[in-house]
Amino acid sequence: MPPVQRGGRVSRRRLLKTAGGLAVGGLSIAALDLPFFDVAGAQQDPTACRADDESAGDRSLVISNWPAYIDPRKKETSTLQVFQQRTGITVDYTDDVNDNAEFYAKVRNQLGSCDPIDRDLMMLTDWMAARMVGLGWIQPLHADRVPNLHANLIEPLRGRQWDPDLSYHAPWQSGLTGIAYNAAKTGEIKSFEELLTRSDLKGRVTLLSEMRDTMAFLLRVVGADPDDFTPEQWSAAIERLREVVASGQIRAFTGNEYIQDLAAGNIVACEAWSGDVIQAQFDNPDIRFVAPEEGLSLWSDNMLVPNLATHQANAEKWIDYYYEPEVAAKLAAWVNYICPVEGAREEMEKIDPSLVDNQLIFPDADFLADTFDFMPLDDRQTTEYERDWSDVTGG
Amino acid sequence: MTSTAQPPPLVDALPTAEAEPPEQGGSRRRGGLTGYLLLLPATLWLLLFFVVPFYSLVATSLFDPSGSDFRGYEMTWEFGNYVDAVRDYWQPLLRSLWYGGLATLFCLVLGYVLAYAIAFKAGRWKNLLLVLVVAPFFTSFLVRTLSWKLILADDGFVVETLQFLHLLGDDGRLLATPVAVVAGLTYNFLPFMVLPLYASLEKIDPRLIEASGDLYANPFVGFFKVTWPLSLPGVVSGTLLTFIPAAGDFINAQLLGSPNQRMVGGVVQSLFTDANDYPAAGALSVIMMGGILMMVLVYVRRAGTEDLL
Repeated sequence: MPPVQRGGRVSRRRLLKTAGGLAVGGLSIAALDLPFFDVAGAQQDPTACRADDESAGDRSLVISNWPAYIDPRKKETSTLQVFQQRTGITVDYTDDVNDNAEFYAKVRNQLGSCDPIDRDLMMLTDWMAARMVGLGWIQPLHADRVPNLHANLIEPLRGRQWDPDLSYHAPWQSGLTGIAYNAAKTGEIKSFEELLTRSDLKGRVTLLSEMRDTMAFLLRVVGADPDDFTPEQWSAAIERLREVVASGQIRAFTGNEYIQDLAAGNIVACEAWSGDVIQAQFDNPDIRFVAPEEGLSLWSDNMLVPNLATHQANAEKWIDYYYEPEVAAKLAAWVNYICPVEGAREEMEKIDPSLVDNQLIFPDADFLADTFDFMPLDDRQTTEYERDWSDVTGG
Repeated sequence: MTSTAQPPPLVDALPTAEAEPPEQGGSRRRGGLTGYLLLLPATLWLLLFFVVPFYSLVATSLFDPSGSDFRGYEMTWEFGNYVDAVRDYWQPLLRSLWYGGLATLFCLVLGYVLAYAIAFKAGRWKNLLLVLVVAPFFTSFLVRTLSWKLILADDGFVVETLQFLHLLGDDGRLLATPVAVVAGLTYNFLPFMVLPLYASLEKIDPRLIEASGDLYANPFVGFFKVTWPLSLPGVVSGTLLTFIPAAGDFINAQLLGSPNQRMVGGVVQSLFTDANDYPAAGALSVIMMGGILMMVLVYVRRAGTEDLL
């Protein structure tokens, strides 16, 4: 997943001015029943909260995506330019998704009260996409307008628990979570268990700060199945992590800044996303990606049409276009994540033959034999598990 | 215009009003209104961007903790949120105060020496040195903190030098330790200490120090009897300006520390954005604000410089 950045900070002045605030706040608490700030449920009904489709008259499309997640857009022959020429649709493309949780916070107030967010398509990772579908914030796709999606999506990404029939989502790019290590600094690492226990790695290991990424492996380590686990198994996994953190084995929980630490030698091994590792390998061939014995976690970032989008038909044209094998291959040659489109591998022969056999772009069935997904959580579980997670990762 | 026709003075609320001679009634009335008009923008600003959000924060901290984005949050006056927050997060709370306090102490020692040198010994280099103190602000806070990651890297020269001198074991490191976090805080907030200290020291009349010498005080006694007491306003405002943001900071702990060094700001952030546990995050924020406010009030009381605030 492209860069994760953490926002927010504690205002300095706020603290100095607390005195007045406390007095006023205290008074109003006593006098009124705190009006204006009741928070209503954010659940919406996508069949009611929708806009008329203006696609036919207004040939435009507004897209939000992660940074560095498309081939250079300005180039005459880029996938985006070709799309514009072919369809006559003008694409307004912004890379303003830096972090799933942060993006959620950004659109929550609008989507939660059925107000437009002025986007027609946005790319979010499985678990966040699942949450938004659950909240009723996402418009269903018209299956007949995206035939390529249904024909060409690769097998491992089909039948996901949260949207098995592709009614709401189309994977943009997909990736694997596994282990990366610096072969110049340490011997081979085969399993996640080794990351957590090997004494020569103590304090030189990082794990990912996305709860589902890391806990899926911890669940595997304690013998549970991340696709379907019980609260007891969750507790066992989180306790295991607590012990490992207390022992000082883990240096940090990071977004994708782990890749700089790995290159700089501050850490020798880490939990990692496949696409980052490929890009790092261009600079440093000692960096290796391994499929741990516990298995690999397969995820995707998905194209979603939010409620009140006014150009859904244009968005569906875009989805269908990127599911043409030729286009997908062109994109994959630049992005280096797993290409979700069947047939793109054959097209890649013409573009860059060196990438054709790369298991991290075109994995074969054997390589993906043991992949897992994270069980969909309801809102109660989400809050509870995320709290457990932040307790452990936050000392 | 005569002074007898004036309405009762509005100037009581204005601290500067007593400076005005009462005879000039016309100018007093104008001065009074002007005072309120001058206060207006800041008051509106505070009302909109402090009081309202703070009100919302306090409300959030009292919501029913079993609420969620799906169902919404009900106001149930859940004071138990505060108990839970303290029980679950007393460690990061204390750690924040401890690291903030340590960083303030180091800033005070380093900053005092530096401010003293600039005020009394720098001569014509004074302005240049002051610019240098402020210069780091020209780059972003985040970039400055990230560059400390390079300086303190495990294979970097600082760690290797310390290992060579056997001050650090062969496996020793600085990153991901409390040392790195406190060092980062000290570095980032040093200018907040230096500037008020300099302002106080610079105002001291050097003849007072000479006079203490004439009265047979040696330089140490002279410093503690004359310079230090006169610089106290700078010490108090400097320590406040350093401690308050340092205790609330979480970037240093996140970038330079390990999970065992996380401070309360980081906990609040992850409760808000990742766990979506708004009531707990709100309660923790209010506790932190209340705690710091209390410490500051006690401190200012004891330091005897109420006129600062």
